[in-house]
Amino acid sequence: MLVDTAASFAKKSSPVVRARKLRQDPLGFEPRVWKQMAELGWLGLCVPESDGGFGGRFVDLALVLEQLGSTLVPEPLLATCVLGGTALARAGTAEQRARWLAPLAAGELHAALAWAERDSRYDPAACAARAEKRPGGGFRLSGDKVWVQGGHAADLFLVSARTGGGAREAAGVSLFAVDRDAAGVEVQAVDTMDGRRAAMLRLGGVEVGADRLLGQEGQAAGLLGDVLDVAAAAACAEGAGIAQAVLAMTVEYLKTREQFGLKIGTFQVLQHRAVEMFVESELLRSHSIEASLRIDEGEADERRRAVSAALVQLTTGGRLVVRQGVQLHGGIGCTDEHDVGLYFKRMQTLGVLFGDEEHHLARFAALTQPPDAPV
Amino acid sequence: MELAFTPEHESFRREVRSWIQEALPADLRAKSEVDANFEMEEVMRWHRILFQRGWVAPHWPAEHGGPGLDPTRRFILTEELELAGTPPLSPFGLGMVGPLLIQFGTPAQKQRFLPKILSGEEVWCQGYSEPNAGSDLASLRTSAVKNGSGKYVVDGQKTWTTYAQYADWIFCLVRTDPKTAPGGAGGGKKQEGISFLLIDLETPGVEVKPMLTLGGTPAFCETFFSGAEVPAENLVGPEGGGWTLAKALLGHERTLIAAVGQSRRVVRRVKRIAAQAAGPGGRPLIDDPRVRGRIAALEIRLRGLQMANYRALAGAQLGKAPGPESSILKLRGSEVLQQAFELAMDIMGPDSLTWFNQPGVVEPFEEWVPSAFCYTRATTIYGGSNEIQKNVLAKYILGLPAR
Repeated sequence: MLVDTAASFAKKSSPVVRARKLRQDPLGFEPRVWKQMAELGWLGLCVPESDGGFGGRFVDLALVLEQLGSTLVPEPLLATCVLGGTALARAGTAEQRARWLAPLAAGELHAALAWAERDSRYDPAACAARAEKRPGGGFRLSGDKVWVQGGHAADLFLVSARTGGGAREAAGVSLFAVDRDAAGVEVQAVDTMDGRRAAMLRLGGVEVGADRLLGQEGQAAGLLGDVLDVAAAAACAEGAGIAQAVLAMTVEYLKTREQFGLKIGTFQVLQHRAVEMFVESELLRSHSIEASLRIDEGEADERRRAVSAALVQLTTGGRLVVRQGVQLHGGIGCTDEHDVGLYFKRMQTLGVLFGDEEHHLARFAALTQPPDAPV
Repeated sequence: MELAFTPEHESFRREVRSWIQEALPADLRAKSEVDANFEMEEVMRWHRILFQRGWVAPHWPAEHGGPGLDPTRRFILTEELELAGTPPLSPFGLGMVGPLLIQFGTPAQKQRFLPKILSGEEVWCQGYSEPNAGSDLASLRTSAVKNGSGKYVVDGQKTWTTYAQYADWIFCLVRTDPKTAPGGAGGGKKQEGISFLLIDLETPGVEVKPMLTLGGTPAFCETFFSGAEVPAENLVGPEGGGWTLAKALLGHERTLIAAVGQSRRVVRRVKRIAAQAAGPGGRPLIDDPRVRGRIAALEIRLRGLQMANYRALAGAQLGKAPGPESSILKLRGSEVLQQAFELAMDIMGPDSLTWFNQPGVVEPFEEWVPSAFCYTRATTIYGGSNEIQKNVLAKYILGLPAR
């Protein structure tokens, strides 16, 4: 039901041409459509019922994201609902959730998670931004955050900053809720290769009250790691939708394009290439489903194994699909005119947001070796 | 879809696991622990033990002697047997001709053959390929012509008749209409003159010649027919209808050879070897990031296959026909098994030179790796080579046009 609605929404209300047009738009998506998504219940799908959501399972949201990926729907579900929403739901007090999560589920507030820094690579514990205690309560935040997903449109930033501990130490990282219009917040909107927007964030001594601390002081690194895993699973779901769409458009092209007086789909070398794309696309879908299910019900290490495995499949198999998609379209595939390139760029992007192949391969190895680990 | 099995299914898994613990004879267990190759006598001994328990043919319907298990229990049973490294049963009777007879055989044929396939009294082999009919199977030439007394007279040669030297019966694709033969008089497609025939290997005029595999094991055979007389009641399906049966049977075969359980055992062994093998500087190879990455990448490919298997299973449990996710299992399953052995060989380094040596030359769990590495080159060839599998997927799943 949910999947059918999402599929029909993607096909009818948001064909790829919409994503193509919105590349030129400063916001990159439409508030009207965002409202519609709130009404469909997607924004609050994984938000607890007590906070105004539907208390659904993550796998349900993942299935929606897969459908939206198939036509590159540009609304920031990944940034606002998955990154922002998960962090608020897991770290916020009842009061904080009522203040921010409920309006987020209703489509009235965009929250962006600002965790990455110039030198942090994929480690949320590598946090140089600092939060100093102010005399008389509250904190004063300073530092720079980079490539904040959805940051250009955010009303609220969830910012990690160090309240203690050494430069790359997990202990001592805290999370704060910062209003966009707070004094000292500097937001620079930037373009990303997939035709979307993000933000570079500068905190120049921003003063926040003690009620802006999310979760336990100094304990946010683990939380951020968990949130990034949820986001990685979401990226894989979106990637699975992209892979299936590229496979379908490439097969269609092979059936219609003629060269040497024949449909090029009759050539065995291209048929076998298309089968490779099909296999990798199916495997990505399998990995993605497993990762999503583990988000809901997994034991922590098993969840990490499943997420890392899925992300590796995204960056290998998923990228093979879109790269071969471009190749089999030939010259037209290398132009900005053809949609296959839009999918190609989004798939590339998804593979660097929440850890790349090396990162997840190493993490998977650490979780599955030595030799007596379960296979 | 849920990842977790129900408590009933988990309890069934425990039941299977503890039964295997008790039922597997000590000498077979010792071999399974080092993943040694099993002799046919050992395979059939284990076959009879499973038969006694009622589990020899998990996927057969109850009315024909199957255990009447639901798809998930069938899957669990198969998976536990694979994971425990029990002797792999010969697939030709249980997995191929048996299900085919259940689907297409006459009541008399079912009664005659099925019970002895189950009990292991009669061992089967497969007569499909010929020296000039491999991937192009339909161009086969072995002829079966009816004589005056109504029997088929069979002449020709079948190859890759695996384990024919231990078999009692062979199921064959033969040409009953000579006009359809390649280079023949013409008239009709080459697929249309093919019939499915069951032949007793004791028949005068049938000769079996074993052949060593690349792995040094006596698995392959060639089987020659010269004037062998076969009763007409051994024809399965209509005369000239053999190709349809053959295609149905290839479907059975494809789901048999994803080999996920076997690959999981190899990955486990790879880690064990890597933890013991000295790498550069004398530190265990498993500390080398490149080695760790290769093992992890392989294990991730295997997990994907396993999940594809679960997806197919979830569909089967709901009574759905196999979807696209199952069609990739043979293709990738065979490749992953090969890659697992390739990695095991690389990690063994100079020790991978060993070839059927006495215990103590290398670790017991390493001794069989080179032979298995060599033999598993066949996994991407048998059951329809992977190139043929891709042709089939391109045509039937992706709908790409034929030339």
